[in-house]
Amino acid sequence: MDPRFDVELVSVTKRYGQTVAVDDISLRIPRGTYCCLLGPSGCGKTTTLRMIAGHEAISDGDILIHGENVSDLTPIKRGTAMMFQSYALFPHMNCLDNVAFSLKMRGVAKKERHAKAREFLDLVHMGNYAERLPAQLSGGQQQRIALARALINKPHVLLLDEPLSALDPFLRTKVREELKRLQRELGITFIHVTHSQDEAMALADLMVVMEAGHIRQAAHPRDIFERPVSPFIAKFIGSHNVLHVDQGPIAVRADRCRLGSAEEGPHVRGEVIAVEYQGAMVRVALKTERGDEVSALVPDQLFYRKQAEPGEAATLVWAEEDIHALAEA
Amino acid sequence: MANDRISEKRPWTFYALAILFGAFLLFLYGPMLVIYLLSFQGENGGVTFPMTGFSLVWFGEVFQKGQMADLPVSFGRSMALASLVCTLTVVISVAAGLAFRRRFPGSGVLFYLAVASLVMPSLLVGFGIGLGFQFLGLETSLFTSALGAQLTWTLPFGLFAMFAVVNRFNRAWEEAATDLGASAWQRLRYVTLPILAPGIFGVAMGAFTLSYDEYARTTLTIGAKNTLPLEIYALISSATSPTLFAVGTMTTAISFTAILVTLLILGRMNRRRNLVKA
Repeated sequence: MDPRFDVELVSVTKRYGQTVAVDDISLRIPRGTYCCLLGPSGCGKTTTLRMIAGHEAISDGDILIHGENVSDLTPIKRGTAMMFQSYALFPHMNCLDNVAFSLKMRGVAKKERHAKAREFLDLVHMGNYAERLPAQLSGGQQQRIALARALINKPHVLLLDEPLSALDPFLRTKVREELKRLQRELGITFIHVTHSQDEAMALADLMVVMEAGHIRQAAHPRDIFERPVSPFIAKFIGSHNVLHVDQGPIAVRADRCRLGSAEEGPHVRGEVIAVEYQGAMVRVALKTERGDEVSALVPDQLFYRKQAEPGEAATLVWAEEDIHALAEA
Repeated sequence: MANDRISEKRPWTFYALAILFGAFLLFLYGPMLVIYLLSFQGENGGVTFPMTGFSLVWFGEVFQKGQMADLPVSFGRSMALASLVCTLTVVISVAAGLAFRRRFPGSGVLFYLAVASLVMPSLLVGFGIGLGFQFLGLETSLFTSALGAQLTWTLPFGLFAMFAVVNRFNRAWEEAATDLGASAWQRLRYVTLPILAPGIFGVAMGAFTLSYDEYARTTLTIGAKNTLPLEIYALISSATSPTLFAVGTMTTAISFTAILVTLLILGRMNRRRNLVKA
């Protein structure tokens, strides 16, 4: 077995009849990685997760976990555990029995499994809620129970299907921090499906951007943000302007752009179509003469020294060194 | 629009519909109330008003030897048949309801066959089964032809009820169970069935009630020994005394008790689950 990787996907393909949901993807996830699968809806990220989990059969290719080919194994034998989008807590069992469920299935005696379940409830700070039913808990609390239930089997890999989408924005940031802390403490690999770039950027050691059943780029979020490979990636992760120049498409980060005049260097002319105050920054959106929509994230002080109004003509300028060439889409 | 202001007063249509509903209730329960009242008719009274007094003598009459002697026995038959019908309906329609969550070859045909069984004139179904038994030289009886005839009615009902029950079932619960190492049997035993329990219980009560007072399909398939509704119907044409009313009062009491118990149990099941939603 290869000790370097927790999960390896080898030419994995999923077909539903004629449609190809996941097309020949390969990926290696190193030990103890927080990996985010990111992409627009329908890109195959959830299908990929479900194939790793063993809830979806693979049409072609292989999945290895800790070096072992698990393609035909049941979820429990793979050493994976999944946290479902809606948490899927059993509504007729209290939290303790929910968490102890897998031990019960293995025939562990009641006293022993309850003791173990309490241990995991404490791990997620839900020790005081053992007797509650899921319906009596808030979304965030339900999520912790689901987490404890998934972790009690000591999985090699925890799979999370859009775990934060059901939470309100404030809670989302908090739970995000907790997930990251937990992953670091447990030292196991988390694979987290999301459609939010913010979430992936904040959490991931390895960010995998998918589109139309393919992996378009897989790297550390910082590498992806600084060196997106294609116009799709640059647009999808946001805060990038994709422009078409003679040499081909280029990306320039919106926070490296400002409003100025043509003499200052590389630039594009356009008309201001929106001005959004965002606190520390002001986002000015322009439509270029070619029809591209671009924007500049301008520090508020700078913006209010020389304001722009929608409808005005303006020139977006940036420095030569901030240009990042993209592969043709 | 002339009347486009928001007002605290209810519109006249509210009162019109309330009166209509009141009339409906009266129409539904009025005649039954008369029967319940007359079942307590005095000893010398008849099947119509006025009441000549108040007595329980007609209830006693039901259990006396004589004309009515078969009532308790036929009640026993009805209960036995209804229990069996209820059990079979639950087992088959729960299994079918779970199966119908996915399309399978022939699922469309099967569905329409079930619908057809519901809309088929019930008397004809009974007639057909009776004829079929005669044709095959079999004797019609309680637990063969009558059982089959009733199942043609309760099974489609059970299946459709299960559609509604299964509809609210989240597949992720089953996947979670599998993910946590449950075998197919454990998943059914510890997750699927307990979550569906209130709905399954409803199907059971529905099937029981449908069987218990089924008439049209049973009458031509029952053979020599009657169920309670058939027995009562036979008595209506021959006997005229408040004893029949007493029978009506008693069977109604049994039905209402069953409904009450059902509601209590369902209420408990739901309370356990939905506590503190508010």
